[in-house]
Amino acid sequence: MQKTIIVFIFLLTTIYSFSQEKISGKITYENNLPLPGVNIYWENTEIGTVTDEKGNFSIPYSSENTVLVISYVGFKTEKVTVIEPKFVTKNLEFDTTLDEVTLTKVRKSLQKNYLTPANVQTMTSKELLKAACCNLSESFETNPSIDVNFSDAVSGSRQIRMLGLTSPYILMTEENIPAIRGASQAYGLSFVPGTWVESIQITKGAGSVANGFESISGQINYEMIKPHDDIPFFLNAYGSTDSRFELNTHFNRKISDKWSTSLFLHGNARVSKNDMNDDGFLDNPIGKQINAINRWQYIDAEKGWVSFINLRYMNDEKQTGQVDFDPDRDKGTTNFWGSEINTEKLDVSSKIGRVSPEIPWRSFGFQNAFNYHKQNSYFGLNEYDITQRSFYSNLIYNSIISNTLHKFATGINFTYDQFSEVVNATDFSRIDNSIGTFFEYTYCNDDDLSYVLGGRIDYHNRLGVFITPRAHLRYKPFEKTTFRVSAGRGKRSANIFAENQQLFASSRQFQILDTNGKIYGLDAEIAWNYGVSFLQGFKLFGKDAEFSVDFYRTDFQNQAIVDVDNSPQQVLFYNLDGKSFANSLQVDLSYEFSTHFNIRTAYKYYDVQTDYTIGLVERPLQAKHRFFTNIAYETHVKDNGQQWKFDFTYNWMGKQRLPRTQTNPEEYRLKEFTNPFSVMNAQVTKTFSRTFEVYVGAENFGNYQQKNAILGSNDPFGAYFDSSMVYAPVFGAMYYAGLRFKIQ
Amino acid sequence: MISFLGISVQAQEKKNKNAKYDIEVNGNCDMCKKRIEKAALSVKGVKSATWHIDHHDLHLILDETKCSIDQVHEAVAKVGHDTDKVKAKDEVYNDLHGCCLYERKE
Repeated sequence: MQKTIIVFIFLLTTIYSFSQEKISGKITYENNLPLPGVNIYWENTEIGTVTDEKGNFSIPYSSENTVLVISYVGFKTEKVTVIEPKFVTKNLEFDTTLDEVTLTKVRKSLQKNYLTPANVQTMTSKELLKAACCNLSESFETNPSIDVNFSDAVSGSRQIRMLGLTSPYILMTEENIPAIRGASQAYGLSFVPGTWVESIQITKGAGSVANGFESISGQINYEMIKPHDDIPFFLNAYGSTDSRFELNTHFNRKISDKWSTSLFLHGNARVSKNDMNDDGFLDNPIGKQINAINRWQYIDAEKGWVSFINLRYMNDEKQTGQVDFDPDRDKGTTNFWGSEINTEKLDVSSKIGRVSPEIPWRSFGFQNAFNYHKQNSYFGLNEYDITQRSFYSNLIYNSIISNTLHKFATGINFTYDQFSEVVNATDFSRIDNSIGTFFEYTYCNDDDLSYVLGGRIDYHNRLGVFITPRAHLRYKPFEKTTFRVSAGRGKRSANIFAENQQLFASSRQFQILDTNGKIYGLDAEIAWNYGVSFLQGFKLFGKDAEFSVDFYRTDFQNQAIVDVDNSPQQVLFYNLDGKSFANSLQVDLSYEFSTHFNIRTAYKYYDVQTDYTIGLVERPLQAKHRFFTNIAYETHVKDNGQQWKFDFTYNWMGKQRLPRTQTNPEEYRLKEFTNPFSVMNAQVTKTFSRTFEVYVGAENFGNYQQKNAILGSNDPFGAYFDSSMVYAPVFGAMYYAGLRFKIQ
Repeated sequence: MISFLGISVQAQEKKNKNAKYDIEVNGNCDMCKKRIEKAALSVKGVKSATWHIDHHDLHLILDETKCSIDQVHEAVAKVGHDTDKVKAKDEVYNDLHGCCLYERKE
């Protein structure tokens, strides 16, 4: 018996010593950019590996090997002593002893994907630094797929469009949790400071069913900086000639191997009143914002657990209108026209996920978010208050069917929205809730073909029970050629007041013509989106070039029509009766003159038409033709981190149809179409060292200005006042400067 | 004693639905990688197959109730890649794309 036990122990130990342990880790450089192709080996052995595209690696571990050597051309070779098998992270530094540092592949700031079935582009943090910083709405200025409109004179916020449709038709998600929806639709983008954002993923056309049924023209997801990858301290200060000042401070602490936390503080203010076009109205609202987030991240790489907890608070105050307007004295009177918009937000969210270390294809994620959004506002004599309390919960499970070529994701989501909404003393309060389940199958033959078939079934207390099918296909016949096709359906309830609140800053009377629907008397919006795209990478004079063309069509079966054409004294809301569609064609060409010199150009054609009371016409304030170009140049990074970066963006917009004003007296009439115009932006960044950089820039330095941006500005309480018809910059040229300081 | 060993061997051979194996497969390039992984996945029961270009390991996770590791060796050899157990036929090897003609071990 004794012997048997000894043999048994012997057997166990042999089995045990055969089951090889592995350690994994991640190699990065600069601002935690992943570094692929790094050699990693155990000192004095032949056991080695290289990092993958994301800088990740795993290497067999045994207790006799303790020193891990990490080497890559152009970087200092690092040795890491490993005592126990835990996750290794190392940020490599440039090797300053070499005269020449040659990095053959520079990470692109805007990455088009050849592999995913959906048409997804990723804007990296490098791209985000090209715009005049500040907030999410401005981040898209250098991206041709997103059109950033000029802020209307009253709210000062910028609306974005994709495929010719305004932002309510784009599903915006923050780390895959729906955000910027409902009450926050109008200003939500300006409530996300740009320095918080790590990257943005833009999906054109039908989105994934995993995030709900609401997306129609596309999906924008933004990832915030993760505490685990964050640097200990970051400071950004910004000031501009339109008297806007911003300050961002980030703090980070790694509490233990597993826990880390970041605190981001943001404050901005516009302190002085500007009226460059001399119409007696402010060009931009004055105001201030404080915004803070505290994030916690937990990682246990060995067991595969990742978790996030976020707490956030925001308070934003804006005042605009006539220069002489004093809220304390003139609110609710006709002395001067003025407006105040005060918003308060509180968000709590959590995420927990696990990727099984044994079975890498199996994972689950559970997300929960609670949001509170309160806006109190008035626009002249129009009063508008909205409070939204939301709860969102999503459980996702990923696995495979038979092998890793067939993957699936499935899960359930729950959404609860309570709106307290009062428009000029009329109460529109309501509660919406929905529960749904989805299944998404992905096939990828690891070569030239992949497709995604997704579907979901939802029950919504106002939209009923409905299915949402979506499909994507990618075919890659050659290494650098990708074709894509997508189709999908989206459905949503339009928050007609929240989404169109710029119209409150006019003398227009709001009227809802339908009464039988469940959402403000209107029916749910339903649309199908179809798209095809083609992406081709090639060499031109030995340098990388990329050509892409895509066409999308969105067809509305029903739409909550916002009609400003029936009469300049009215805005009508009604269910679509007839046709409404948006066709969009985009042709892109990008070229790399040299490793540090890139040009990106795009031509966009939009045909967006809707059946209004006046018949089928182009949607107002939408240019049919747009041209975009962005030129970026940067010098080689010197040994001490010194570098210059130059960036130039040119935008040309064709003529746009203006809402009809023919029935007004002659002095209050606008032309049928606007003039074409162009806007130029430029930015120069000088990096002095790895810790400090300064940037200066100019927006609209061609100084194009829309004269008479406000119709009837001489009589704001008269019947012809309208400040919602802004299609071009009002302020004129704007210059700014800022600095960034970081402790790595 | 013998009977106990017998039992423990059987316990060792208990069919694992997510059994991990690393086998050595000879090859050269990304085309090889695709071919090797495709061949491995064509065996019913193989759930995941990743070939590492640098150290020629084919990392496998398979359902032992549906297939055996020997079938994977056979399948990979059949498309022209030598494994540490099964050699590919010369005529299949010779038909490989030029860049895939790896150096064969004797």
